[in-house]
Amino acid sequence: MSDAIRIYVPRETSAVSLGADEVAAAIAAAADARGLSVDIVRNGSRGMCWLEPLVEVECDGKRIAYGPVTPDDVEPLLTAGLTEGGPHALRHGTVADIPYFARQQRWTFRRCGLTDPLSLDEYRANGGFDGLRAAFAAGADTVIETVTASGLRGRGGAGFPTGIKWKTVAGAAASQKYVACNADEGDSGTFSDRMLMEGDPFALIEGMLIAGLAVGASRGYVYLRSEYPLARQVFARALTLARDAGWLGRDIEGSGFDFDIELHIGAGSYVCGEETSMLDSLEGKAGIVRFKPPLPALEGLFGKPTVVNNVITLASVPSILALGAERYAALGVGRSTGTLAFQLAGNIRRGGLVEVPFGMSLREMITEFGGGTASGRPIRAVQIGGPLGAYLPESMLDVALDYEAFTAVDALIGHGGIVVFDDTVDMAAQARFAMEFCAIESCGKCTPCRIGSVRGVEVIDRIVANEGRDANLALLAELCDTMVDGSLCAMGGMTPFPVRSALKYFSEDFTGTRSQGAGGNA
Amino acid sequence: MATKYDAGIGSEIIRSFGARPEMLVQILHGFLERYRCVPREAVPQIADELNLSRADVHGVVSFYHDFRAQPPGDTVIRICQAESCQAMGSRALTEYARETLGIDFHETTADGKVTLEPVYCLGNCACSPALMVNDRVHGRVNREAFDRIIAHHGA
Repeated sequence: MSDAIRIYVPRETSAVSLGADEVAAAIAAAADARGLSVDIVRNGSRGMCWLEPLVEVECDGKRIAYGPVTPDDVEPLLTAGLTEGGPHALRHGTVADIPYFARQQRWTFRRCGLTDPLSLDEYRANGGFDGLRAAFAAGADTVIETVTASGLRGRGGAGFPTGIKWKTVAGAAASQKYVACNADEGDSGTFSDRMLMEGDPFALIEGMLIAGLAVGASRGYVYLRSEYPLARQVFARALTLARDAGWLGRDIEGSGFDFDIELHIGAGSYVCGEETSMLDSLEGKAGIVRFKPPLPALEGLFGKPTVVNNVITLASVPSILALGAERYAALGVGRSTGTLAFQLAGNIRRGGLVEVPFGMSLREMITEFGGGTASGRPIRAVQIGGPLGAYLPESMLDVALDYEAFTAVDALIGHGGIVVFDDTVDMAAQARFAMEFCAIESCGKCTPCRIGSVRGVEVIDRIVANEGRDANLALLAELCDTMVDGSLCAMGGMTPFPVRSALKYFSEDFTGTRSQGAGGNA
Repeated sequence: MATKYDAGIGSEIIRSFGARPEMLVQILHGFLERYRCVPREAVPQIADELNLSRADVHGVVSFYHDFRAQPPGDTVIRICQAESCQAMGSRALTEYARETLGIDFHETTADGKVTLEPVYCLGNCACSPALMVNDRVHGRVNREAFDRIIAHHGA
């Protein structure tokens, strides 16, 4: 538009947590002092968190990256010719050529970091609303067929086929149906929902519109956790912009289809990420888990048929409609089709978001992308899939990142969070924490979860203190069985996964027989 | 320090959500924004205006971690206690915070300046350990960074 130089500084939680706002202010001030005309765009993140704040400059149609940039780097960078993409120790060349980024296959995150998240013009110029237009043209039945054919499965963690869920809701007769988006991303090690909502919020809105059209719902809800204030701010603004431009409301694009979205904020409860508990919270109640059946697809929000999908599931849909189910289904392996935005976290050198097709080995992900541990010490354990996911030892890292391969080793991919621990970790402490967390976050409805978790902490303490160790180990195994078999939802039903895996692969940590060289937990 | 409860303002908050019972969690957030807590006086008023029982409202208030009954200190520091941050030393950082401030979780310093809270994931797991100061997340927080944060907030 103008001859102003476009400089991108992410307005995304991780970048801001490392000083991106201060960097943006420093660039504005320094450019002003030099009489340079700059247009600072607050984009989303490219997912390369270890380079944040990652500043990009547009030169000859290319995006040149510098990072990590501190406010003190700004003057030297401008002197080095930042605005022309000049050389500097922090320069990484064009973003598209950075191996970490170049080796990914961005589908759901294709616009994230590239565009101004709150520019509808940029959204449309980069394929935005193509999926919705295709959906309008195809009609509800074909949309459901397309989503089914893509093989897309629920990215919240359960991996249920999305098309089948939508078909169930579409087939239910009701005066009112709903689309409820689960953005209560509480699993430690996960942040893809947040990055998407901060970096490409219209993609989620478009995905929800398509879901609404497919199942015959006119109202959507987004349930976002309160720990994500920036995502809340960005997404709330995106809703207003979309509504003002006619993408939400009545007769969208002259299609006759009405749909609007209401944003609800959670209140610090982990269990509200469980779908039925989330529905109760959306109804203004305590987030207590419901019995299933009835399925939410038939009796969900306010007792009406409801599609409950995760942010990433919904945001993956527009491109499936726009580019075709075959393109998506061609990615991945077996029944794990498409891509997953994995999140590298914990003790990792190059933490961030890596969107690749299913099938890569966990080891390749952690070493090739992640670069090993941040501490430089050996990897000892990796927890995948959040606090209800198993801990795998270093020797098992060759497992392939797909749903079935993980199920085969009693682990889960869940929402794609990968948390790496080095050899200073005390796995008995991690097992204890799993039970402790369950005790803190249990909704209290079922006994195995509410009481079992409290007893679990006590029993682990006795094992570690060598009080009747053998008897208590047997008791813990039995307790885990009871929780798995008897809990109402995954909170109590899967808390034993990290505990059992810690016992199975790291038993020496429970018996004080771990060999020399192992440190205490930091 | 604590803002005096005003039933008129309470009613305004409730009505700004259309006095719909299904908006209760959002209404309580409205009180949190205004009073930094859900004042005890608000509970019977909310119940009355939403046509719910006091027990219903109290049950919701007490279920969620966010809805405290007393206003916190001027600055709320929430240190992530979840696995990713544990892998990067959050247990030691938490211990350091407790010692430095002389308070435990859910407590406020004697001068009313800082309240310490646990939090289970801020979604900043690629930059662990993380903490949140009021609404601002900080990443890769070590002892020095913690000292700078509390110095900045006058503690």
